[in-house]
Amino acid sequence: MTTETNHSAIQFTPDRLERAKEIISRYPEGKQKSALLPLLHLLQEQEGWTSVEGMDYVARMLDLQPIEVYEVATFYTMFHLNPVGKHVIEYCRTGPCCLMGGEEVYAHLKTRLGIDAGQTTVDGRFTLKEVECLAACGMGPVFQIREKYYMNLTNERVDEIIDELSK
Amino acid sequence: MATKILTEHINVPGIETFDVYRKQGGYTAVEKALKTMTPDAIVEEVKKAGVRGRGGAGFPMGMKWSFLAKPEGVPRYLVCNADESEPGTFKDHYLMKNIPHLLIEGMIISSYALGANKSFIYVRGELMYVIHILEKAIAEAKAKGFLGKNILGSGYDLELVVQPGGGAYICGEETALLESLEGKRGNPRNKPPFPAVKGLYQCPTVVNNVESIATTSWIVNNGGDAYAAIGIGRSTGTKLISASGHINKPGVYEIELGVPVEDFIFADEWCGGIRPGHKFKALVAGGSSVPILPANLALTLANGEKRLMSYESLSDGGFATGTMLGSGGFIVFDETSCIVRNTWNFSRFYHHESCGQCSPCREGTGWMEKVLHRIEYGHGHQQDIDLLVDVAKKIEGNTICPLGDAAAWPVASAIRHFRDEFQWHIDHPSEATQPGAVYRGEMALI
Repeated sequence: MTTETNHSAIQFTPDRLERAKEIISRYPEGKQKSALLPLLHLLQEQEGWTSVEGMDYVARMLDLQPIEVYEVATFYTMFHLNPVGKHVIEYCRTGPCCLMGGEEVYAHLKTRLGIDAGQTTVDGRFTLKEVECLAACGMGPVFQIREKYYMNLTNERVDEIIDELSK
Repeated sequence: MATKILTEHINVPGIETFDVYRKQGGYTAVEKALKTMTPDAIVEEVKKAGVRGRGGAGFPMGMKWSFLAKPEGVPRYLVCNADESEPGTFKDHYLMKNIPHLLIEGMIISSYALGANKSFIYVRGELMYVIHILEKAIAEAKAKGFLGKNILGSGYDLELVVQPGGGAYICGEETALLESLEGKRGNPRNKPPFPAVKGLYQCPTVVNNVESIATTSWIVNNGGDAYAAIGIGRSTGTKLISASGHINKPGVYEIELGVPVEDFIFADEWCGGIRPGHKFKALVAGGSSVPILPANLALTLANGEKRLMSYESLSDGGFATGTMLGSGGFIVFDETSCIVRNTWNFSRFYHHESCGQCSPCREGTGWMEKVLHRIEYGHGHQQDIDLLVDVAKKIEGNTICPLGDAAAWPVASAIRHFRDEFQWHIDHPSEATQPGAVYRGEMALI
């Protein structure tokens, strides 16, 4: 394992570095590539998004070629490959949520934020992303912000949430 | 009172903690298994139970376990598939967040039965809060001596690792999941070799769903025969059904297999009927990938008997008049639902989630989405319906993994049963594009 990071602008904070080492130790000898997804999540949690510098840093840590990290990070939808706003709203656009009025609520949310999917508000506070099924279909419409699920959404509830997060 | 195998204690306050779970009889199955049973004896009980894989495929779990290769000096792995991402399916999410120790207890028993000393729970990355719940529960179990070295003095060691995914439905396919767990893109592998021979790190591996693994505690405590006595025919035991859509009481219900579909939808014990003032139009019984059925076929078989919630009854008549129990993702549609729009929505999902490895799936799912989009938005051509049927046929069975089939079946079945709605969209483009427009033709509503 290589952990020389002096030439990188990005480094894990000391506690995250400990966590990273603990994650790498979970896998059998020589299978440290298995730590890639957990480390990318850790990187994104720290930096807010998954930058090329960050991916290069993770590649060095796991003794991987940078391309091995890029091809993985671009495959999975959870990694933000561009900078995002303070709150990333991940809105479920899939069937069961739509049956419960998900499309109307989504239209309201977009109007309220003044942005479309994939965009960030000018004040940098909100980024809107569309996601496929969040596995909360009985409580739809649903969106997720970081680790929190917001369920049974209505236009009024959306306004309340946005007001609260705008403070 | 119906038997509850998984959810009996789910509403007990504090059940997510080790102590409360233990007080409710938790971890007694681990004690019984490790102290009084050989691994082979456990496999035998699971075989007797006849429990079928609860992730959707319905393959007998005991048989899958008995296929596991056991070469000398090579580690074996158990991997729990907790990558639940199929539209309409949210039962594993419910189980893990509410009663995490049930899964962990099942993982210990199953790992012991299979001779695995390191096991993984691969959880979809979006459920990061559930991952924290599981990690906390694992730490508790370890502190109490139920995980780690020499569990309960039995000489058996087990380390349990929770692995986050990255947001890809395809990783619910077992070989794509293994690729992802090895830190790669989630591209399914060709089979054979099957994971039971060459799985994780090219070692013998069993991949089981959360709900399947969670049943093992009850089977060890009560015996495989007692499990097999519940349910109906080869659909033994109970099943978690995640119910959503236009019903009065959406949620997760544990049913004994064999309950009539009609009772499940209309009885207060379960879905509580269609929302007030509306009629039952259509049903997707087992997650978005299974064929959709119109109301009359959802409730009755072609021979007029009641359709039951079981693997056999739901698939009665094949795809001409039947569907599948699948993962138990039960989506109910009332008369306000536009089948064309819903089919387009599902198609968009499969196009988005195709890993792109096989041409029929990569290209075909995109075609279906585009053609459905133009029909829905009033630009459909007369030949489009047949084109969709043709594309669906060309995807089905021609891909490495079942995602191709999963994408084709909703489209093919929607056209089979609701062709007049598609035709109406093509014939009446201006009406069809009005907000909320739904064709109300000859469809029998219940």
